[in-house]
Amino acid sequence: MFYGLPAWGDRTGGTMKEAYDVLVVGGGPGGALAAKAAAEQGLSVLLVEKRPAIGAPVRCAEGIGKEALAEFIDPDPKWIAADLDKAVLIGPDGTKFTIGGEHAGGKVGYVLDRKVFDRELVWQAAEAGAEIQVHARASAPIMINGKVSGAVIHQHGKTYEVRAKVVIAADGVESKFAKWAGINTTVPLAELETCAQYIVNDIDIDERANLFYFSYTDAPWGYIWVFPKGHRCANVGIGIAGTKSGEGHRAKDYLDRFIAREFPNGKITELIVGGVSVCKPLECTVADNLLIVGDAARLSDPITGGGIYNAMYTGRLAGEVAASALKKGDTSKKALMVYDETWRNGHLGHALARNYAVKEAFIKMDDAKFNSIVHSMTDLSLDEITVKSLVIAIFKANPWLALELPRLLLTL
Amino acid sequence: MIHIRRDVCGYCGACVSVCPRGALELIDAYLTVDETLCKSKCKICSTVCPLGAIVLEEQ
Repeated sequence: MFYGLPAWGDRTGGTMKEAYDVLVVGGGPGGALAAKAAAEQGLSVLLVEKRPAIGAPVRCAEGIGKEALAEFIDPDPKWIAADLDKAVLIGPDGTKFTIGGEHAGGKVGYVLDRKVFDRELVWQAAEAGAEIQVHARASAPIMINGKVSGAVIHQHGKTYEVRAKVVIAADGVESKFAKWAGINTTVPLAELETCAQYIVNDIDIDERANLFYFSYTDAPWGYIWVFPKGHRCANVGIGIAGTKSGEGHRAKDYLDRFIAREFPNGKITELIVGGVSVCKPLECTVADNLLIVGDAARLSDPITGGGIYNAMYTGRLAGEVAASALKKGDTSKKALMVYDETWRNGHLGHALARNYAVKEAFIKMDDAKFNSIVHSMTDLSLDEITVKSLVIAIFKANPWLALELPRLLLTL
Repeated sequence: MIHIRRDVCGYCGACVSVCPRGALELIDAYLTVDETLCKSKCKICSTVCPLGAIVLEEQ
């Protein structure tokens, strides 16, 4: 069963056992919450993270709403880089529309320090009793009678076959584990936002405002963000649709042009890249003995690309459903379907469906229309940052939209 | 076949998520291609790359 079983007590990986109740593949927020929830129910849990370090490299703009975060964890200055009270939407001609601000009542959001935040979440999973193995990569599911029954894990040059009654695939945008198990997780090229981001230092910014630049010219079928990370420092990044990318006009090319224009004297201290899906969720996020969470289930938000909350929510739910199914002794697809139904029919599924419709309606607008919309909004004040309130305000200020997008209001 | 410029790749996995044949895999911090699966025709990976790390080479 084991290839090259390490000697007992080998602290560089020798603690990995032959079998667990639950195997979690991936140590991001989704995997951490899944492992924690399952361990809290008394299950034996192994979480494997293929990178040598939890939380690094970061693949994220790091923004999250305060209320969303509060569902899972109390805010801690250790991993909060900036406390925000407003969002500013900026149209192609530079016209600004501010949401929140003085009237936001202490709400809105944070920019996290994901390197620290992710470690905290995984530490909480470990404290709950989950075993954590880093630099441990799942390379294939173990399939028995067509059902996922564990995974082949590589760590420190050794190969292990780890059996598990339930596997939770939390392997992020790559989503290879579910694919290996026969589920089509491929993102259509047009619905994969290809992203680049710099940490830029020594720049003049409003340290309490997230900026979103919408412009087909500057960020086709995507947007540019400036998310503060503290004093004179911000994540400045861009996502563009995969179909808009190509030689000479890749995400980094667009970002370099924006930086040269807006922050010519900024000092770049980090470059990260990444992909964010803005497609519909997987048709089904369970199979026999398998649950798929977060980005791996294509649950990042189709408008913002935000995925931290969605991963934490589905991760925790998956851990709980796995525990309850194991207690009943039935981890078949049918028994695990309650996971899929719960998130899909609840607030998350509804928000994803609505935001997908909103994204489809607005993404292909040209800059003249974007300008017209932002101009119509500048006299309004909007205290609540929700997609629904924003879209309703946009429709009120732009009655012509009702003719172009007659069905959109029905989805709100 | 595709050639991965390792000095350019940011090992982000964007290409992995769009590969229709499942031919790409990110092993820790390096990208690999399974040439038995890749047909080098679709160019999706070289298109999507935010940095331009994947180039198609003539056979």
